[in-house]
Amino acid sequence: MPMAAADIEALIRAAIPDAQVTIRDLRGDGDHYAARVVSASFAGLSRVRQHQAVYAALGGRMGGELHALQLETAAPSGDHQ
Amino acid sequence: MSDANARIDEIVKSNDIVLFMKGTALFPQCGFSSRAVAILDHLGVPFETVDVLQDPEIRQGIKGYSDWPTIPQLYVKGEFVGGSDIMMEMFESGELQQLVGAAAH
Repeated sequence: MPMAAADIEALIRAAIPDAQVTIRDLRGDGDHYAARVVSASFAGLSRVRQHQAVYAALGGRMGGELHALQLETAAPSGDHQ
Repeated sequence: MSDANARIDEIVKSNDIVLFMKGTALFPQCGFSSRAVAILDHLGVPFETVDVLQDPEIRQGIKGYSDWPTIPQLYVKGEFVGGSDIMMEMFESGELQQLVGAAAH
């Protein structure tokens, strides 16, 4: 069952309020997305932890309803704490 | 620890570099797994693969093992490294070469 990009973004923002979310629909089929998520809450976390935070925000949809989401996460640039 | 968890633990701990994937290194069955294999091939290090499509118990169990919902998953020296996106980021930054290079020697 495909998900709309706006729904993905809303779920991420609900869990990570300061997140800047950029989503691309890679094939225009509503089923293969790439997302870049930038949040100050990622500062100091490993990549695995950052991705896990996004997967948690998606509440179990990843790997199920949401088949293909290429993910890139980062803390805001210049934010070296 | 469930049987699946114990089996996964044994595989992860007895192989320096192991990729849980869909399909085989020669015939990946998913674009993400294909990308992961291509990265490891490019690095030129020996690695083991586990085809989760041949083993439903591991396919399900691996998601809980590292609290990671997707496949492929790369483990180096018993540690979870990430999925194909993290592998690509680490490859581009040179971190993955260092990590697997150290593990292969």
